[in-house]
Amino acid sequence: MDALVNQLPTGLAIGAVLLLAALGLNFTFGQMGVINMAHGEFIMVGAYTAYVLHAWAGLDPTWSLIAALPLAFTLTGTLGWLLELGLIRHFYGRPLDTLLLTFGIGMILQQAARDTFGAPNVDVPAPGWLTDGTTLPGGIRLHHSRLFILALALVCVLAIAHYLHRTHQGRQMRAVIHNRDLAGVSGINTRKVDATTFFIGSGLAGVAGVALTLIGPTGPTLGANYIVDAFLVVVIGGLGRLRGTVLAAFALGILNATAQAWTDASLAKLLVFAAIIAFLQARPQGLFTVKTRALT
Amino acid sequence: MARTRPRTTPLAATALALALTATACAPAGTGTDDDTVTVGLLHSLSGTMAISEVTVHDAVQLAIDEINADGGVLGRQIEPIVEDGASDEATFAERAQKLLQSDGVATVFGGWTSASRKAMLPVFERNDGLLWYPVQYEGLEASPNIVYTGATTNQQIIPALDYLREEGHTSLYLVGSDYVFPRTANQIITAYAQAHDMDVIAQEYTPLGHTEYSTITDDIARTAPDAVFNTLNGDSNVSFFQQLRSAGVSAQDTPVLSVSVAEEEIEGIGADNITGHLTAWNYYQSTPTDTNTGFVEAFTDAYGEERVTSDPMQSAYNAVHLWRAAVEEAGSFEVADVRQALDGTTFEAPEGTITIDGATQHVVKTARIGQVNDQGLIDEIWSSPQPITPDPYLEGYDWAAALTG
Amino acid sequence: MTPTPAPGRRTPLARLRGPATFLALLAAALLLLPHLLEPFRLNLLTQYLCYSIVALGIALAWGRGGMLTLGHGVYFGLGAYAMAIHLTLAATAADPLTRGRLPQFMAWSGRTELPWFWQALTHPAAAVTAALLLPAALATLLGWSVFRQRVRGAYFALLNQALAAAFVILLIGQQHLTGGSNGLTDFPVFAGHSLYTPTAQTTLYTLTVLTLAATYLLLRHLTHSRYGRLLIAIRDGEDRVRYLGYDPTWAKTLAYALSATAAGAAGALFVPVMGIISPTLIGVVPSIMMVLAVAIGGRDSLAGAAAGALIMNTAQTTFSETFTGGWTYLQGALFVVVIALAPHGLAGLAHTARAALRRPRTPAPAQETATAGSTP
Repeated sequence: MDALVNQLPTGLAIGAVLLLAALGLNFTFGQMGVINMAHGEFIMVGAYTAYVLHAWAGLDPTWSLIAALPLAFTLTGTLGWLLELGLIRHFYGRPLDTLLLTFGIGMILQQAARDTFGAPNVDVPAPGWLTDGTTLPGGIRLHHSRLFILALALVCVLAIAHYLHRTHQGRQMRAVIHNRDLAGVSGINTRKVDATTFFIGSGLAGVAGVALTLIGPTGPTLGANYIVDAFLVVVIGGLGRLRGTVLAAFALGILNATAQAWTDASLAKLLVFAAIIAFLQARPQGLFTVKTRALT
Repeated sequence: MARTRPRTTPLAATALALALTATACAPAGTGTDDDTVTVGLLHSLSGTMAISEVTVHDAVQLAIDEINADGGVLGRQIEPIVEDGASDEATFAERAQKLLQSDGVATVFGGWTSASRKAMLPVFERNDGLLWYPVQYEGLEASPNIVYTGATTNQQIIPALDYLREEGHTSLYLVGSDYVFPRTANQIITAYAQAHDMDVIAQEYTPLGHTEYSTITDDIARTAPDAVFNTLNGDSNVSFFQQLRSAGVSAQDTPVLSVSVAEEEIEGIGADNITGHLTAWNYYQSTPTDTNTGFVEAFTDAYGEERVTSDPMQSAYNAVHLWRAAVEEAGSFEVADVRQALDGTTFEAPEGTITIDGATQHVVKTARIGQVNDQGLIDEIWSSPQPITPDPYLEGYDWAAALTG
Repeated sequence: MTPTPAPGRRTPLARLRGPATFLALLAAALLLLPHLLEPFRLNLLTQYLCYSIVALGIALAWGRGGMLTLGHGVYFGLGAYAMAIHLTLAATAADPLTRGRLPQFMAWSGRTELPWFWQALTHPAAAVTAALLLPAALATLLGWSVFRQRVRGAYFALLNQALAAAFVILLIGQQHLTGGSNGLTDFPVFAGHSLYTPTAQTTLYTLTVLTLAATYLLLRHLTHSRYGRLLIAIRDGEDRVRYLGYDPTWAKTLAYALSATAAGAAGALFVPVMGIISPTLIGVVPSIMMVLAVAIGGRDSLAGAAAGALIMNTAQTTFSETFTGGWTYLQGALFVVVIALAPHGLAGLAHTARAALRRPRTPAPAQETATAGSTP
């Protein structure tokens, strides 16, 4: 129990990272059923955005971090939008083909990053106020960069929730998930909604990328390191359910951190995989499901 | 039977024919003619390991250019055949086989990971080729078909432990990536600690490419060891040092001694995250020898001012020069003759004078401890009193007897 | 180029053409190629053919059964490791210096005796059996438990991918049992025969070709049977099949397990051919590559899938020999183009081309291609 309390901040921190990486997938995979394997590379593009602002445009770390967030969102959003427009649009209903297709895109993006920025990791210095930490009375250490990521993830979640439930466009998006045909005949332009969904989902990958520069290496394979876990989060949460994704990310984070305290990191990862398989035995559709009457 | 499905066997025939033409059309053995001698360069130019291996590849290329400008080897120009190991062991084995059998190269410079070396080893033994392997590694190997120009454990890890002990750091925290080198290194460290009255507080392994180090860094902050012995590989170092810093661990209180962090990794980690921490190598860009000044200058002239030089690069560079010296000593490019000539071959290297130990085909070299400065370079703060003879099986250390089994 | 036989109008001839081509191809591969290719190229070809065997299995599970298996590296790996463990034991026993001792990496990892599953693989027959049965058993277990819960499509693909990731972590983490990230290498003998002689390489090649041929015939027979049609029905409408009174769980599990067994056999052959097995050869990315080879060759056609693996691996070697470093672009672009423009792969293209060349007397096959386009 003591270990659990000690590991709670770490678990939340790991969960926040998973959540950020998975939020975008919640749109593209969860809502549209598109497995975008290039999502990891979009995360990488976001991370390099922060690098370019710092190293090429010469902004100081604080400003490059703040400026990179919206810029990366727009940049990777546009990339995703183009991808949807040019390729994925023609593959709806064939999720497995999209998976392989986007894997090819991911390979190209990764090599492009390698050729542009070089194979070695680049340095994206964190702002001074994020490199430190605070020790709580109980001896629990709070890393400021982790708190920032947690806060960023929560802001993103709130913004998404607001968008989905309080705006006209968001309601249209939900209508399309629940029943595409019915939404279509009700006058919603489903093509346009798809494009928007993909833009937002991919844009969130960019935001995640910027945040990840704070805690990890910035290199061509940055995104590939997170992609498997991120997909699992969405699968466990249940396709298209925001609260499922949030819950699953933190549950996985805490499970990972606790298991790591109890055994080593390698075994911890294995235990988490085993737990996921066992969980899907009990709830094959994830924590929450969208109720649909469609026959598959 | 074949009524409902489209018949596709003719296609398969075409495809097979196509594939085979492609396979069979590759150049046949070129080998050595009167003016040139071909050598193989086999590093990962793509994939995850390209990060490190491209730099080593560049250093080998530099040495070849220097030798060619200097009249070549036995009057012949070196002609490199470049192959990409693609960060994949099977590709390494496959390409090694191509270089030896199809291209008939005189020797091969290549490899980085132990896995790639282990994969190539049987190929070289089967074809009686000669591989020059440039990276420090976990020891326990002495193949007659490989020359190891990087350090073995008694030229890097044991001297590092000697240094820590001299400095009075007696409680150690071990962090490593989960693969062969860290696990072997940590066994040596544990045995050394037992024999020398030191404490190993914890031994933590993380998967390759792991980025979540808060659990470990917080544990380091809590247990406050005298020093951390770091055998993490590649990317993980970036996360580890960033998170160590925000866990509030400083280089003054708890120095981290790394054995896989060299000059070119520091840029990616961020100099301010690692300033003051320690490294153990045999060479630094700042090593004060005349040869090194020339080497660094030649390297930056060839590849750009912003490039740094590191231990593995230097070892790879030395390998080409050592090979040339051995060939000229033997008066022949034949592997058997060159091998005969290896023992005692010396080269005035950037790290100082180095000599090949014929018995193990490793290189006698000086161990150096360095400290990272705020420029992202490493300053030497300690060195072994004299060059250390390689002992890949640690036969000369009593306390290691239990390890070799 | 193989001359394409003139289009046979009469049914008996046409019916014979398939088997005849197959036999001709087999004979050419077995009798001719070992003399035409230099040893190094023959060895490469054998490796590629191992991947062709994997491709046949994937074509069954994915092309026919609609199960996208992104984790076939695991089954390939199980077969390969079973064989590699046996070969390591054989190598240790053959060398007078190490006879009776543990493999070196084990001694160094602090082990004092052989683990039980190593001991079990001492006999060559045990190794071959394990290479086939272990993948089958794991696939049956996993398949049955997830298909029963109607986990399918993208979920199944992602679970498989996670399995591959977990398997690699397990192999690397259990270094004292598996050799860790270095994997297992250097296999000089099998069942008392040296593997380093030219004859051994030719024998391995022959063995691989025969295994490929046998797998092809077996799977072809299966896909043309009632079971094959049931599998397609499940792929195109699992719930409908359920309503008709079939239980898809076992049909799918069987296809998945067979496909895993093929991968295991390929792994067992790959190890003595290549001389190495390590975790990086069987992780997430290699597993996806195995599937992509099938996509390129044509998932609907067994022969196409096998050819796809052969072509993709040849292309990979050729590309990276010629454009060192830059071939990733080409490869990525190739995947995108083939999947976007030719969803039935090269086999589909060839089929369309043939149908177009032929007199419009038989429009039926062309139509079939069109309807097949709607499958996932």
